[in-house]
Amino acid sequence: MAVLTQSRDIAFLKEQARIVRVEILKMLTQSGSGHTGGSLSAADIATALYFYKMRHRPDNPKWEERDRFILSKGHAAPLLYTVLALTGYFDKSLLGTLRKAGSPLQGHPSSKLLQGVEVSTGSLGQGLSIANGMALGLQLDNSASRVYCLLGDGEIQEGQVWEAAMTAGHYALDNICAIVDLNELQIDGRCEDVMKVMPVSAKWKAFNWHIFEIDGHNMEEIVNALDEAERIKGKPSVILANTIKGKGVSFFEGKAEYHGLAPTKEELEKALKELGEDGK
Amino acid sequence: MGSREEQSADKTQSFAGQAVATRDAYGAALVELGKRNEKVVVLDADLSGSTKTAKFAKAFPERFFNMGISEQDMVGTAGGLSLAGKIPFASTFAIFETGRAWEQIRQTVCYSHLNVKLVATHSGLTVGEDGASHQALEDVALMRVLPGMTVIVPSDGFETQQVIDAVAEYEGPVYVRLGRAKVPAVMPPDYKFQIGRAHIFNLGKDANIIADGIMVSAALQARETLLKEGIDAGVINMCTIKPLDTETLLKAANASGLIVTAEEHSVIGGLGGAVAEYLSENHPVVVKRIGTRDTFGGSGKPDELLKIYGLTADDIVKTIKSTLSR
Repeated sequence: MAVLTQSRDIAFLKEQARIVRVEILKMLTQSGSGHTGGSLSAADIATALYFYKMRHRPDNPKWEERDRFILSKGHAAPLLYTVLALTGYFDKSLLGTLRKAGSPLQGHPSSKLLQGVEVSTGSLGQGLSIANGMALGLQLDNSASRVYCLLGDGEIQEGQVWEAAMTAGHYALDNICAIVDLNELQIDGRCEDVMKVMPVSAKWKAFNWHIFEIDGHNMEEIVNALDEAERIKGKPSVILANTIKGKGVSFFEGKAEYHGLAPTKEELEKALKELGEDGK
Repeated sequence: MGSREEQSADKTQSFAGQAVATRDAYGAALVELGKRNEKVVVLDADLSGSTKTAKFAKAFPERFFNMGISEQDMVGTAGGLSLAGKIPFASTFAIFETGRAWEQIRQTVCYSHLNVKLVATHSGLTVGEDGASHQALEDVALMRVLPGMTVIVPSDGFETQQVIDAVAEYEGPVYVRLGRAKVPAVMPPDYKFQIGRAHIFNLGKDANIIADGIMVSAALQARETLLKEGIDAGVINMCTIKPLDTETLLKAANASGLIVTAEEHSVIGGLGGAVAEYLSENHPVVVKRIGTRDTFGGSGKPDELLKIYGLTADDIVKTIKSTLSR
């Protein structure tokens, strides 16, 4: 099993993100179904969290002092499974069982079946409320643990997200950091066409959140924002990460149709080449 | 001074033998529970004065979270609190708790099997004047269908008090259904509630009434009326709807060939549904269900509404007599 190595070294993190993308594509191809685009768009963010920012112990998933991560956009399960495997929560070979009957790697994450998954998600819009509850509970215990919650831009069309945004603002939950993966696409097309979610920044600001706007594929900007968010007191932080759906594979980038499609074997071969995995 | 305070803190008020609304018993039980167990936290959606969680809020302001009028967020937040090791009790009116936030209860609470206690008040017709929009007649069905959910409908204040203590000890999601109106005491003072265990008042040779909530009192009245006419009817308080006490149910079905269920809820999917499902598969006998019949409620005085919708002791008597005379 892999041993968790955490570092702020940008070159190290970039390399981990590349490996994360490779593993996501492999597992999706093997599974034959699953969400490619939104797993790739958030790959750099999840890598920064699991390989640098979060305090966690893969050998002790329930360690009380750990930081928590909630994948509110549960369809990016392949991304979560990959970072969990690569940081040592379970053996990498399990990734090949994605979406297969009896596998703990369900189509959407199940906390009852897989250690390292804090709570089951998949029905959009529910993660931030859960994160708030965790943050309130941690505050009651004077815990220093932080809660990270990853949402999608299509997802924030759900009304519950804004109920939760109001709650975090009202209770001034500065131990929460939400990250919105703004890849601009959802299943039916461009968010802009399906249901305008922009302007996103003004909305979060109105709910009393501290805003970071970054390039969600620039590792330096990601780790800086995560560090900075920890220093913001008296209000919750949200990192609005501008991303590209399918990032890392030229022929998936910016294509809504790859929201829920897995790569074919031929596509995988081409994609791995682009990611510098020749001859594997 | 100090010793007197300690005494009052140790002394738990019992509602045995007292007519009280189950929501009032809940409010009092929560405060007692809060004193004993620091992990208990309470959430409400702007109805704390009505659900009686305001008492807890006053006693333990740091452990009370008013979520505003947002039931879905309340349920999710309760889930998060349970994941942080707390024992959250989340309260609002029954239809908003189970209806508005149903999918949050399914996805967040039940699918992850979180230790969340959903305690709803203002169930059924006895909400009264507020009318159909506020009268949950479907909540038991909505909760019963969820995998891993425990569903409890206490009959009086004394039972409610014990239910609240029991669900705090139990690990997993629970729905507790309470009411607005004052109800008579029905449970004996030596009664001990256990999750999944029904209380047999008596078994009848001619019919057995399986009731929950306010209908336990109606069933006991019906039994007396029937006895005067020479009909031997039994009464069982099926306080836990899920998991259903099938052992007691079989005893009742063995004692008489007629089972009558009585609940302040739709006959579809609630206690009557649960009993009919089980008996038809395992021990077919005649089952008659008292409850609302595929309808919404309406405004009016609680007693008036119970008459209009056929949820009185008289309705139970008539059902038993007409079925036996066939």
